[in-house]
Parts: sequence; C-alpha cells; structure tokens
Amino acid sequence: MNVFVSRPGETHSLQAAVNILLVSVLLVAVFWFALSRIGVTFDFSFLPLYGIRLRDGFLMTVGLSAASLVLSLILGIVSAWLQSSKILALRYLAKLYVTVIRGTPLIMQIYLFFYIVGTAFGIENRFFCGVLILSIFEGAYISEIIRGSLLSMDGTQLEAAKAVGFTKKQTVQLVILPQLIARTLPALTGQFASIIKDSSLLSVIAVIEITQTMREISSENFKLFECYFALGVLYLVLTLPISFASKRLERRFTYEN
Amino acid sequence: MLRNISYHDDIRAVALIGRSGCGKSTFLRILGGLIPASEGAVRVDGEAATDSEEYRKKIGFVFQQGGLFSHLSALDNITLPLEKVHGLSQAQAQAKGYELLSRFGLENEAVKKPAQLSGGQKQRVSIARAIAPKPKLLLLDEPTSALDPEYTTEVLDMIRELRDEHLTFIIATHEMGFAYHACDKVLFLSDGEILEHGESGQVFAEPETRELKEFLSKMLEWKV
Repeated sequence: MNVFVSRPGETHSLQAAVNILLVSVLLVAVFWFALSRIGVTFDFSFLPLYGIRLRDGFLMTVGLSAASLVLSLILGIVSAWLQSSKILALRYLAKLYVTVIRGTPLIMQIYLFFYIVGTAFGIENRFFCGVLILSIFEGAYISEIIRGSLLSMDGTQLEAAKAVGFTKKQTVQLVILPQLIARTLPALTGQFASIIKDSSLLSVIAVIEITQTMREISSENFKLFECYFALGVLYLVLTLPISFASKRLERRFTYEN
Repeated sequence: MLRNISYHDDIRAVALIGRSGCGKSTFLRILGGLIPASEGAVRVDGEAATDSEEYRKKIGFVFQQGGLFSHLSALDNITLPLEKVHGLSQAQAQAKGYELLSRFGLENEAVKKPAQLSGGQKQRVSIARAIAPKPKLLLLDEPTSALDPEYTTEVLDMIRELRDEHLTFIIATHEMGFAYHACDKVLFLSDGEILEHGESGQVFAEPETRELKEFLSKMLEWKV
C-alpha cells in the first residue's frame, strides 16, 4: 500500500492519519518560520479581558447572519420567480438586480447604500441597514441557485405528476417543492457560510460585529496578529459546522442523478 | 401533429406502431388526458378524455423513461398517488404497494430510489405504480425503447402477464414481436394518421399500404 496515494473512495484510515499529520507539520513549520523571522511571539492572555465585548460582537455576527439568511432567502425566491415572470418590466428588474449585484463588490454596495440610500430615506439603525445590505447582496446569489434548480427540473417529472392524477397544488407540494429543496439545500447551506463571512465587511459602516470588535481591540492594545488569528478561529467555529452540514446534505441528496 | 384520427373499437391489447415522430406519443398523451386535443372528441368507455385530474386518475400511464418521482423510493412512488389521489389509508397503500412489488419480484428494491434501480426495474416499478389503482386503461409510451435488450424482455414479460389478467392497454412500441404475439390489435400511425388497423396477425401478414410494408420490412430487416 502506498501511504501517499489513494484511489477514489477507498482511503485507509492509516493513510488519512499519516497525511493529515504531514500537512499539519508542514503548515506549522511554515508559520513557525515566518513568525520567528519577524520576531513575533503570540500572547493571547488579553482575550479574557475583552470577554463581554467579544461575546457581544460574536452574537451580533450571528444575529446579522441569521436575519440576513431569512431576508435574502425571501429576496432570492421572489427574484427567481420574477426572472421567469410574464410581465416584462418585472422580469427585467429581477435580471438587472441579479446582474448588477453579482457584478459589483459588496464593499461598494455597502458604502453606496448606507451613505446615499440609507441617508436619503433616513435609515439610521445600523443593524437594520446591515441586514438589508447583506440580504440584497446574498439574495442575488440565492436567486441564481434557485433559478438553476428550477431550470434543472425534468419535464417528465411534472408530466408524471399529471399522469398519476395529482392536482396542481399536490404537484407543487409533493413533487416540485421536495425536489427543489433537495437540490437547493446543499448550495443554500454553503451560501449561509458566505453570509457569515461577508457580514465582516459591515464593519466598515461601524456595525459592531465580531470583526469590528477585533479591530477596535487591536487598535487599543496593538496585538494585531493575535486579534486576527482569534477572529479567524471564531469564524471557523461558525462556518465549519455549516460546511460540514452542507456536505452531509449533498451526500444525502445525491440520488438526484 | 395528428389528423383524421377516427377509430372506434372494443379493445384489450393494442399495439401502436409507426416511425419515430409519427405521432404515437401525442396520440397516447391525448388519450391519457395529459394534453388536450386541439379539436375533435376522444371517449374512453363513454367518458370524454379531458385534461383533468378526475379523468387522468382512471388511466394508467407509463413513460418511456424518467417517469418515476426521483425523490421517492420505489414503494413511495406507488403508495403516494394511492393515498393522495385515490384516498387509501397509509396502511392500505403500503400493503398494496408491497403486494405489487413482491408480485413482480421487486420486494428487495422497495426502499431504493429510482437512481439506484436498473432501467428494467424502473420501468417495472412504473408499470406497478400505473396499475396499482386498477385503471380502466393502461397507456404505455415506448416503455422499453430506452432499455438494454436484456431488460426489454423482463418488462415485456410483465406486460404480457397483465394482459393475461385482462388488463386493457395500448402500447406504443418498436418491438414488433411483442406487437404480433402479445397484442390482439395493431394500429399503424404514419404522419399523424391511422393508416391501417386490425387484428395483429392480419396486419402483419397482409399489410395493405406501401408505408406499412416499408416500415415492416425495415423493422424486420435484421431479424433472425
């Protein structure tokens, strides 16, 4: 058995262990070398002192992401639906929305929306504003995820639903929705991880989520590396379980093809 | 697509033959109430074939392929319409589903999703689903033309078994042997018209039109 090479689908646990160890050693070595070159030693002892602020920031990130998930899902569904609307103005509006939002960086949207639209309409609550901006951004991606799975629905499935005598309502409930959910759920879960990471950009309009909290702390104690290192760990705490769940869902729904 | 279709008969087992694109699928879909006829009237047992659930649930339909719901197991494919359309209780539907699956040697596939079944198994489950509510007419749209030859036989055997139990069906098929031996009547469609119809023995032995002669000679060219 070659320890370093595995054929698809048959990785031995010994092989896995050896190679995980190898990768870890390599990574640690690279960082160790880099840190010793610039003469930095890590000191995380300050973190407990900021416990309450960190907790609040972390909860703010979770809250922003959760609220944005709900709102962006609604926006995504509506926009996917409008993209196939018979009313041309609505269809073009939805297409324009998806194209422009997906074609521009989030940070530009945050500034434009917050300082122009937000100010003009008097939206001052930063949390609310943050959720709105993030949802508009993520909704465009979700719209495409949903539209993609709608397009991939096989016509014969709908004909079969007719043939067995399902009503229109039953067809939606028993055939279209379950298949659509099965197809979109893995990708949507992945998108939730993106929402969490993208919410970090809201720090630029001073929403005190976890990234902004870390920026503030690092500007007080100048422990930039430790702060950002800890920040990365905190994001992983949120995103790793989600990407794990996404993988599980993907495997569960692979019956599709 | 179809024109000058005028056919009236007492049927048991009918084979619908003709070139690809001649209108066989359209014919069956109108008969099954899946698409409305643009004009004219179709009646099955005196009931007008309409594009409605009420009519469709009395007709069984088997598609060429992909007709099973891909998110449901073989068993659920059979039981769900029984419960939701025909008002059986869950227990009754399950019992009926198991009975059909084991009767056709599919009991080990009950919990499998369509993607885990062979082509032949899929079609047999499709047929089981279609006959579960005891339809007054079963329509099969080229049920074996997407299958490898070894699976074709198992599906055709199943249909012949159903014929022996007096299930009435119309099958669009390219299997001339099956049309000849297992169906008592044959309809030949060409360019959307019924050019010939009659007892299968007679239609195959004495084709009248040039189109059917050509069609048959092509179909039988490589027969041993």
